[in-house]
Amino acid sequence: MLWELFILFLKVGLISFGGGYAVITLIQRDIADKGWITAGHFQELVALAGMAPGSIATNTATLIGYSQMGIIGGIVSTIGIILPSLLIVILFTAFFLRMQSNNWVRSSFYGLRPIITGLIVYAAIHFGLGSTEASWLSWQSFGMLLICAASLIAVIRYKIHPFAVILLSAVGGIVLF
Amino acid sequence: MKAWKKEDIKVLLQLFTLFFKLGPSTFGGGYAMIAAIEREIVNKKAWLKPGEIGDMVSVAGSAPGGVAVNSAAFVGYKLAGVLGAVVAVFAITLPTFLIVLILSILGMLFQDVPKVQAALKGVHAAVVALIIVAAYKIGRASIMDIPTLLIACISVLLLLFTPLHSIYLILGGPVAGVAIIAVKKVLGLSAQTEKQVKDQQADLNYLEYYI
Repeated sequence: MLWELFILFLKVGLISFGGGYAVITLIQRDIADKGWITAGHFQELVALAGMAPGSIATNTATLIGYSQMGIIGGIVSTIGIILPSLLIVILFTAFFLRMQSNNWVRSSFYGLRPIITGLIVYAAIHFGLGSTEASWLSWQSFGMLLICAASLIAVIRYKIHPFAVILLSAVGGIVLF
Repeated sequence: MKAWKKEDIKVLLQLFTLFFKLGPSTFGGGYAMIAAIEREIVNKKAWLKPGEIGDMVSVAGSAPGGVAVNSAAFVGYKLAGVLGAVVAVFAITLPTFLIVLILSILGMLFQDVPKVQAALKGVHAAVVALIIVAAYKIGRASIMDIPTLLIACISVLLLLFTPLHSIYLILGGPVAGVAIIAVKKVLGLSAQTEKQVKDQQADLNYLEYYI
């Protein structure tokens, strides 16, 4: 199990281009396939991961590892997801930097970036709709929609720091639900 | 030789303290963290030259993983080789790791308190909003013509309606990119692979979070 966790997050770490949010999609598929935790629990963990500083991907890995195998599981998963970044950054810094202006590299990123966008859009759709056990026309989903819309406006229009938005949303949740 | 080693350990210790401090204080790092690194490492300590920050941004942004961790690896490697990179990454990860564990333990303790559940639901909604913001920002930087728009749409549809593993998308993206640029060149169309620098700069200044 520990080995499985390590390998899973190693793979995720290796392809986690675009950092945090795209990875939610990557992890969610694998976790669902393995049947380790339910979709609802997964979303709870991601919400929890969003409350801590640090990349949401790494935090989610830590939480999943911890929920499966305790502290050791958390450590192993965290190392698994970070190790590829560490190695690749070292390689890039040592050799690859000169290739930045290479046309093939540029073309590759030209094609890769919209894929990352797609992964994040999917994460938003999945994460936004996924957990509504309750029916659509409930107080529950209305409240979520309200908080989501308010958060969007706060971040985009008023440039409020995301962490403040998260704290305020927690308060909003306590008041509404 | 001995004196040199002592110096080496000193650098490692400095790397550790610096990134240990930066980890939680920049809250997630991302691109917001680059400004903090610049302040500490270029201005205060003169460990890197100003021009190297540009290299750091491009390496950290194009390697897989979070920008914060990648930047730490870059700075650590530049200063003290592979060991430096390991120390810097360990230092930037440790505080958040501990915070996540504490949150998780608290979460389990108060799992059945209804108001804690309510607070988490609120956070869930906020995280959805943050994901939407992230999608919008990266979309603005990456969707620059019809092919890129198509790639983004197709990848969302594939994820929604097929069980295709996202790794194939990650692998397919660069292939499609190379092919499209090649075709564009043959057709004599403008084969720009990046948006104007002005746009990217604007995106950098905009507060990025968790990316």
